Amino acid sequence: MWPNKFEYARAGSVDEALAMISDDGKFLAGGHSLLPVMKLRLDAPAHLVDINRIESLSGISANGDLTIGATTTHAEIAGSAAVQSMCAALASACGQVGDQAVRNFGTIGGNIAHADPASDPPTVLVACGATVNIQGAAGARSVGAEDFFVDLFETALDDGELITSVSLPNCSDCQCAYVKFPHPASRYAIVGVAVCLKMDGDTCTQADVAVGGATVKAVKCAGAEAALAGSALDDAALEAAAAAVKADIADWLAGDIAYPESYRQQMAGVFLKRAVRAAS
Amino acid sequence: MSTRIFGSGIKRREDPRLITGEARYTDDIKLPGVLHMAVVRSPYAHANIVSIDSAAAEAMDGVVAVFTGDDIDLAGMPTAWLIPDSDLKTPEHPALAKGKVRYVGDGVAIVLADDRYRAQDAADAVVVDYEELPAVIDPEAAAQAGAPLIHDDVEGNIAFRWAPFDKEASDAVFEAADVVVSERILQQRLLPTAMETRAAMAQYNAATQELTLWCTSQNPHIHRFIISAVTGLNENKVRVIAPEVGGGFGSKIPCYPDEALVSWAAMKLGVPVKWAETRSENYQVTIHGRDHVQHVQMAASSEGKILGVRATVYAGMGGYLSTAAPGIPTILHGLLYVGPYTIDSVYCESIGVMTNGAPTDAYRGAGRPEATFLLERMVDNVAREIGMDPAEVRRKNLIPAFEDGYDVAAGLTYDSGDYPAAFEKALNMAGYDDFRQAQAEALAAGRYLGIGVTAYTEMCGLGPSQVAGAVGFQGGLWESATVRVTPTGKVQALIGASPHGQGSETTLAQIIAEELGFPVEDIEVVHGDTTETPMGWGTYGSRTTPVTGAALAKASQKLKDKARALAAHLMEASVDDIEYADGSFSVKGSPDQAQSIQEVALMAHLAWNMPEGMDPGFEESQFYDPPNFVYPFGTHIAIVEVDAATGVIDLQRYIAVDDCGPQINPEIVAGQIHGGVVQGVAQALCEGAIYSDDGQLLTGTMQDYCMPKADMFPNFELGETVTPSPHHPIGVKGVGETGTIASTPTVYNAVLDALAPLGVEQIDMPLTSAKVWGAIQAARQ
Ligand SMILES: Cc1cc2nc3c(=O)[nH]c(=O)nc-3n(C[C@H](O)[C@H](O)[C@H](O)COP(=O)(O)OP(=O)(O)OC[C@H]3O[C@@H](n4cnc5c(N)ncnc54)[C@H](O)[C@@H]3O)c2cc1C
Repeated sequence: MWPNKFEYARAGSVDEALAMISDDGKFLAGGHSLLPVMKLRLDAPAHLVDINRIESLSGISANGDLTIGATTTHAEIAGSAAVQSMCAALASACGQVGDQAVRNFGTIGGNIAHADPASDPPTVLVACGATVNIQGAAGARSVGAEDFFVDLFETALDDGELITSVSLPNCSDCQCAYVKFPHPASRYAIVGVAVCLKMDGDTCTQADVAVGGATVKAVKCAGAEAALAGSALDDAALEAAAAAVKADIADWLAGDIAYPESYRQQMAGVFLKRAVRAAS
Repeated sequence: MSTRIFGSGIKRREDPRLITGEARYTDDIKLPGVLHMAVVRSPYAHANIVSIDSAAAEAMDGVVAVFTGDDIDLAGMPTAWLIPDSDLKTPEHPALAKGKVRYVGDGVAIVLADDRYRAQDAADAVVVDYEELPAVIDPEAAAQAGAPLIHDDVEGNIAFRWAPFDKEASDAVFEAADVVVSERILQQRLLPTAMETRAAMAQYNAATQELTLWCTSQNPHIHRFIISAVTGLNENKVRVIAPEVGGGFGSKIPCYPDEALVSWAAMKLGVPVKWAETRSENYQVTIHGRDHVQHVQMAASSEGKILGVRATVYAGMGGYLSTAAPGIPTILHGLLYVGPYTIDSVYCESIGVMTNGAPTDAYRGAGRPEATFLLERMVDNVAREIGMDPAEVRRKNLIPAFEDGYDVAAGLTYDSGDYPAAFEKALNMAGYDDFRQAQAEALAAGRYLGIGVTAYTEMCGLGPSQVAGAVGFQGGLWESATVRVTPTGKVQALIGASPHGQGSETTLAQIIAEELGFPVEDIEVVHGDTTETPMGWGTYGSRTTPVTGAALAKASQKLKDKARALAAHLMEASVDDIEYADGSFSVKGSPDQAQSIQEVALMAHLAWNMPEGMDPGFEESQFYDPPNFVYPFGTHIAIVEVDAATGVIDLQRYIAVDDCGPQINPEIVAGQIHGGVVQGVAQALCEGAIYSDDGQLLTGTMQDYCMPKADMFPNFELGETVTPSPHHPIGVKGVGETGTIASTPTVYNAVLDALAPLGVEQIDMPLTSAKVWGAIQAARQ
């Protein structure tokens, strides 16, 4: 639990942060993923640029779309009335991250930059078609959540780029849910399933589904979506979607010694059904 | 009449300092000029050390020295439980590996630096060239021909083979029996995970040649003994201090290389040296518990009478034999095969096997949980085999109530017990018969409920020293205590045992308060420092309340006799006319004339007016060697539901009826049971240290090693019966391990009961949802 030596500096603005970061440096947000890794000496950045005091990176705005600043904490997101109404699944996912202390420190920007495959928020961001807004020395760009997550702990971020916010379409007219099967040891997700359903009466007109935890990254599940869309979300449709979701994630499976890939794949089907039931 | 202090659930007196963070642990103690030690540890489970290059490390800022195994002139770390008639081998265990490493984490070099970070940087810079060797982790595999040889002088990796019972007699019982059930039971490795990791700091005074060692010890007097042996210092020049110790569960009984190394380095360099374990090190190198592969059989009649139990146990010892390791899967295990039942034939062959895992040793319950589990598992198997309800099988076989001694086939004499009373009480609390009805209805609706019942007894309050000697324990098992009253009437109770979280400062004070009438607030229990306290063998084996408590009760009774005589003298009355109540001595018939215990204590100190022949002062010491073990007992019941779609287990109810004799403090008893149950349930459901085949610890952090969490548990429903120990001065039995001993099979059997309709018969612990789900799928095939 003894990190290597590093320098620490605090940035006051996004420009300052971008000017301060160097190849062997890292941004420091809540520190709840970075510091454990440094303490285990699995990573050893030579300097940390603290972005927590940059005002423009923090907070939630709801003007048509929902925009959440990168250093907004899980607790703030979970407790936000705007998020609860515009994307209930995200509020739910952030409310299920770790424990209260983790939620008070951990940020959405840090969470998605770290891209732990067992994280909760990425699954909702992918399901709901969120956009990740990025600022770098070369300027600003936006990347769709599905493209942002590339692989295990790997994102579309280039060196020195800063996530400034994530935006989500207003989903208040959908029925969405995030259901998590927590790992008994770490309480990260063995499987997390996010669904976002548009309904016309009893019929589902559109379904967005993503799975995390069981996979190396949050995966959008077109097969399951097709099985649900146009159905009345009856048992047969759910069984078909459960079967399809296992195929959707087949190329991306992840596991550990206690909860192997094969089990997680099966559980994705079980929890997809539970997520649809929770949403509808 | 005031309410009695004995039996009252007063709050734990140690808690305010613990929960406000004011308590001072070893790592909190700062000495000027201290050097920090980091240990370079082997990344391989089994390898030859080809070369060690420490030049770069030595050149780093703040680094004072780097030492390797060849530099260290300490005697090897001793094994102190030399079990007899077992052909025991005790392979050399150098404090730092010489030539060969035997588990991941084995120490290879130490770095001393002026700062902990720099010490770690330098440790990372020590270059060790290893020649990797094949490793073996599974104890049964390690005992097979052709397994990698771990110590040249331990042939076949077999450190001992202990089989004290009559095999032929056992075989005859099995041959004649109607029913024989068998199971291969895996007692997985567990990580004790005390909240405070281990730490040690040593200071050597060259002028007086005295060494002071602060360390996380459950038994500082044993640590002094061993540190004296490995350093060569006279024992009276070694002072061991266990300051606040944050839990141990057995893992702080052994004397580890790290403690010897800080002592050696402090002597060598002439400055204080400190080492504090990280959690990662704690998981790699602090002892692990359990690690048995057991082949078990039980013989029974078709009416459900249990006729015999036998087992062959491969007990993983790890890379070296830890301090008490050989005694755990033998004496503390095989002698418990009768349990609370009338079983006339037992047989145990326990094979201690060297492996390339971390050394194992006593972990809460130590050998007894492994015995209780196999017994209770087999009783359920018998029930299933003959189609009888498992509670009924137990009821048929329980030993009837006895008050003063019951000899069992395993060679022990149980002290007292009323197993049927505890059993029926627990069944009533659970509503057992109603549950069977509800279970059937749930099953019809596609839900899987299960119930598990464990009747247990266990041997604790270790133990008569004569027995300790007979079974090869290299120490005594008595305790001593001094009750010292100051002139102003405040009490210091000095004890040789070393509590570390159990609440003994409260319960032991209650014993003194009960005997002498001092208010509990005026009684300090002093422990943990070999210079301040009298000799004692330590806190483990649920022995501090039974053994130290007896010493304190007897010392208090001696003081009371003295006080009575002095009070009689001061009030010019005959001793026979003195009445005692609530800390006050009065003369029969004239209640106005009274002397409080405090007044008597003051007069004893002043000694202005002593009776003929009475010595001054108000202090008594007592050595106490128990005439027998104590045998707490009880019945635990768990009710679970299994979600067949996921394999997730929901523990819905947990009922525990325990009998530890008269309860000194019911709140503390409940706390011990709660903690023990949680640890035992965790073994059944989630905990398990896993090594890869090449000996890497895959559960190296709490991300993977599953500690139990509060939300896994319902509110526990506790009940009690009270059966005093006939041989104990105040009748008490130990309660530190009962929860762990009873709860693992209780929950395991409940889960397997729930899965029975699906055809699942066995799953290795821990019962993770993935394994349960997998077993359901396999059974459906
Ligand atoms: C005990 C515990 C339990 C947890 N349980 C869960 C859980 O159940 N589910 C879950 O989803 N997560 C869990 N987490 C992780 C938690 O969500 C973390 O807070 C989060 O993953 C990282 O956020 P952070 O703000 O702490 O980032 P940091 O640790 O500060 O940074 C993480 C990484 O992101 C980079 N970074 C941070 N901010 C930015 C930015 N704006 N732009 C670019 N790069 C950036 C850093 O340089 C670093 O590489 C847990 C963590 C802990 C300690």
